[in-house]
Amino acid sequence: MRKIIPFLIMILIPAVSAIIIIQQTKRLGEGAKVDLDTNFTHVCSVDHSKFDILNADFKTGPEVTKACLSCHNGRGAELMATSHWQWSREEYLKGKGVVPLGKKNILNNFCIGISSSEATCTRCHIGYGWTDKTFDFSKESNIDCLVCHDNTETYQKDRGVGGLPKADVDLSYVARNIGLPKRANCGVCHFWGGGGNNVKHGDLDKAMLDCSRKVDVHMGTDGMDMSCVDCHTAENHKILGKAYALSSENKDRATCTQCHTEEPHIDQLLNEHTLRIACQTCHIPTYAKGNSTKMIWDWSTAGELDEHGEAQHWNDQDGNHKYMSIKGTFVYDDNVVPEYYWFNGTANHHLIEEKIDTTNLPLQMNTLYGSYISKDSSSNAVSKIWPVKVHRGKQIYDSKNLTLIQPKLWDKEKGKGAYWTDFDWDIASRKGMEYIGMDYSGEYDFIETEMYWPLNHQVAEKEKSLKCKDCHVRENGRLAKINDFYMPGRDRIATLDLIGYILIILTILGVIAHTYFRIKYRRTCFFDEPSDKE
Amino acid sequence: MKRVYLYKMFERFWHWAQMLLISGLLITGFEIHSTYELIGYDTAVKWHNYSAWGFIVLIVFAIFWHFSTNAWKNYIPTAENFKAQIEFYITGIFRNAPHPTKKRVLSKLNPLQRLIYLFLKAIVIPIMVVSGLLYFYFHYPSQAIEVSTLKPIAIVHTFGAFMLVVFLIAHIYLITTGNTIFSNLKAMITGWEEMDDEDAKEIVEEAIDEVGKNITQGHYSPSTKKKEVKDIIVEALEDIEDKVQKEELKGQKAITKKKKNKK
Repeated sequence: MRKIIPFLIMILIPAVSAIIIIQQTKRLGEGAKVDLDTNFTHVCSVDHSKFDILNADFKTGPEVTKACLSCHNGRGAELMATSHWQWSREEYLKGKGVVPLGKKNILNNFCIGISSSEATCTRCHIGYGWTDKTFDFSKESNIDCLVCHDNTETYQKDRGVGGLPKADVDLSYVARNIGLPKRANCGVCHFWGGGGNNVKHGDLDKAMLDCSRKVDVHMGTDGMDMSCVDCHTAENHKILGKAYALSSENKDRATCTQCHTEEPHIDQLLNEHTLRIACQTCHIPTYAKGNSTKMIWDWSTAGELDEHGEAQHWNDQDGNHKYMSIKGTFVYDDNVVPEYYWFNGTANHHLIEEKIDTTNLPLQMNTLYGSYISKDSSSNAVSKIWPVKVHRGKQIYDSKNLTLIQPKLWDKEKGKGAYWTDFDWDIASRKGMEYIGMDYSGEYDFIETEMYWPLNHQVAEKEKSLKCKDCHVRENGRLAKINDFYMPGRDRIATLDLIGYILIILTILGVIAHTYFRIKYRRTCFFDEPSDKE
Repeated sequence: MKRVYLYKMFERFWHWAQMLLISGLLITGFEIHSTYELIGYDTAVKWHNYSAWGFIVLIVFAIFWHFSTNAWKNYIPTAENFKAQIEFYITGIFRNAPHPTKKRVLSKLNPLQRLIYLFLKAIVIPIMVVSGLLYFYFHYPSQAIEVSTLKPIAIVHTFGAFMLVVFLIAHIYLITTGNTIFSNLKAMITGWEEMDDEDAKEIVEEAIDEVGKNITQGHYSPSTKKKEVKDIIVEALEDIEDKVQKEELKGQKAITKKKKNKK
């Protein structure tokens, strides 16, 4: 027995330790290498320029569309079912049931809403001629194939005409040079939405047409050079991904795990973080890296005209809009540190017909649901911490009826009541509300609003992702505001620490006192054989 | 004076491995607690986890050892000498009074030590291990253990850590209160403890007694063949002889050296 125990110690403990270490290293896994060239280069199977039907001299957009659909039969109906066409889809809102939600009807705290100003807003619609409520959503020839499939980067839609192409576009040339959507096709709307570059998302910016890995590690042209549709894949023209500005449910999303696995880190401890932390939280440490994004939009200061009665505007020192008579005052910022929220993937939306709860301001345009403890009742999913761009606004509302107001903003000529031409909020509100069939009391004021944009793009290089100490730190950590849970390194019970320190100090004092007496009486302890001394 | 082999190889290995692991766990643990910055947060977490697993493996072996060698009996609390031991630390130690408790193979600890070590091994360390494992496997919500918050776990784990720091300080000080400042430390390194002739004799006698008891009570039954009994007895006697010889030799050497020096 006496021989066995040391044997066990000498053999088994190192063996067990070795096994543990091997297990740990084994979990590193072999990083799966993606063959990017094969996976991400799309080769068109035909040369469209050789089709006779495309060698015609096209005068209008719909003519091109008809030519497209003559071969690609069935695609029209397919496309008309998508939200890119409908600008609306069925979404479930907690307590409100299933409602149609989309750019068609939703209000935001940017340009508020499209109703009664469609002709200008629908420059971003994939159709031709949506200038008002009468637009025919069932007419296939109204589809604008080219805005997405133009590969020449010469196609442009005109202003204020409901999405018709500019007169100088060579439609025949474009029609013969079509293909898979490129960055510019998506970017023309998704970068410039809200009336300027990177206004809305903060992580979708014209810089990403050609950026370095520093701005976006996936799209960097010095790196993988991925395009939008590599992640936002499509089936039957239904493209994955949708912004929570316009949706509320967690479905049809483009996710990191489409390519990266559920356990993408070498360090298992980091993989465990993904249970409660979205990939984006650590991997998008800042956004608006290429150009500034709009953080605040205050409509209440709009309408200040110059001495000639003309609209004016001026910029801040970085060259971003600071004030515009038609829109009010803005605050832009770049390299912004996101705000962080629990988010379970479902959101709410403030609908225009809802009453505003003035005791609970700022008004939440699209509440992101989630908390540390809560689980989504339907999917049993837990919330994760997400990085969010919060856009803060001050916009017009009916101070008597307590609803938001949809003002008429745009018209091509003065005197039709549009705010951007006539600068009269009362008339613009009356016109806009009448257009959507809602009551306007005649009394208006401005109300503070907040809108949430969970971040997904401009993923940083891995070296730039957040480090432990960005969150696990006592003061001023990134997650300082999310305090509904205990986080090691950030949280502590101050009293407990105090008690601990007191105990340690008392022990040390006791040791010092005891030593002192032992030295003072010098009788024992410090001498091998005290008898010698005596 | 004689030297007695008091701390066996595994016991010493266990003690020093424990020292390394607990120190490591404390150093990294308080860094994770953000008390200070030393080796970097991620490194601290990594090594805290490695040390924790190492500690658990060590505990498994230690438990096995304690029960297979009856060493666990060292921790049975006793009232005998309890007051005397306290008096020794408060006054006796300054007056060169002798240690009230004599060390024996299965009774190495004085009544205060018995109590403290029992508390440490039966309460503090199990609590640290359990709360540590909860930390490790804590994910709200998890299918297995649904703990809705880490807070109580963290409180327990942190408090335990403070208790261990206090223990360490007191322990390191108290080992200097042996026959000489370093005699206890030396004993825990080499295994050999210096003792009076009288004590050493008693220890040897106890050992002989123990073997004798084993022979008469436990290890054979009437049906056992005579040869086997004989073997057991011979083996036991050899064992004792071996032990006595070693002790005598080593003890004698040490003493004679000292005596020479004196002269």
